[in-house]
Amino acid sequence: MRWTWIDRFLKFESGKTARAIRNLSLAEDFFEQHLPGYPIMPACFILEGLAQTGGILVGEANDFKEKVVLAKITSAKFAREVVAGECLLYDTEIVTLRPEGASIAGKVYALPAGTIAEEPQGPPIAEAEIFFAHLDQSRSQQIFGEKNFVFSGELKNLLGLAKAQTQRTDSAP
Amino acid sequence: MPSQAEIYQKVSATLVDALNVEQEEIKPTSTLQGDLGAESIDFLDIVFRLEREFGIKIPRNELFPESIFQGDPEFVQNGKVTAKGLEELRQKMPFADLSGFEKNPELSAISDLFTVEMIAKYIEGKLQNKK
Repeated sequence: MRWTWIDRFLKFESGKTARAIRNLSLAEDFFEQHLPGYPIMPACFILEGLAQTGGILVGEANDFKEKVVLAKITSAKFAREVVAGECLLYDTEIVTLRPEGASIAGKVYALPAGTIAEEPQGPPIAEAEIFFAHLDQSRSQQIFGEKNFVFSGELKNLLGLAKAQTQRTDSAP
Repeated sequence: MPSQAEIYQKVSATLVDALNVEQEEIKPTSTLQGDLGAESIDFLDIVFRLEREFGIKIPRNELFPESIFQGDPEFVQNGKVTAKGLEELRQKMPFADLSGFEKNPELSAISDLFTVEMIAKYIEGKLQNKK
């Protein structure tokens, strides 16, 4: 199983931008321990959600043929803590895309609890630049075989889900 | 075309962003790995940034050639780069200053060729050809 850090995609423009959403419930395991009596979302998980949004954006740009791995987080800034009941909006944009890898710029917005909004509101609560490498085709094949373990299903399915939902909304009376 | 000083300025600003180092730490002779702490993945990041900053294309293996000698005994013997190896280096990296390296061409010291000055010189050549 994979620890997926986004609930669904709201927007997806192939090779350019992606926007995903993640709702935070107090029932999340991590809130219990982080921190006891003061539940805030660990910053690394905020980044993981951003990396998954951007990683799928980068992967899709090459039809999920490349094994896209997070190579480095060049910069990350956090403006405030995030608490249960908030909803995170992940906005990512491809800055560079080359055969060897890609970099994305991302912003995270926290929408107030209870709002139904699909657009960012207020200033971002986090910003980061993330750099992905494409595992060397020939070398990774020797080590990992043909199978693309990065986009094995769960991450790719998220896109399929978003498409299905869009179609459903479009065809609604 | 930007002046030498402008190119150097932009190159060092790029390195500040890519390697998270302080501007003051960057000198023309600073080596990327030894002095500025660059790791292999940073080289790719630097290439991406330079392309954006200067609006140029940097083909793979041109600025930072990987495994230049491929363990070829003609190029490297007993851990030292041979005369033929040095010739190969001159051709592949005409923008690098080999004067210090030539005196004691230890293969392990090859990463010291990758300096801030070297990048600036490479960019200068690239921009001249672009005109």
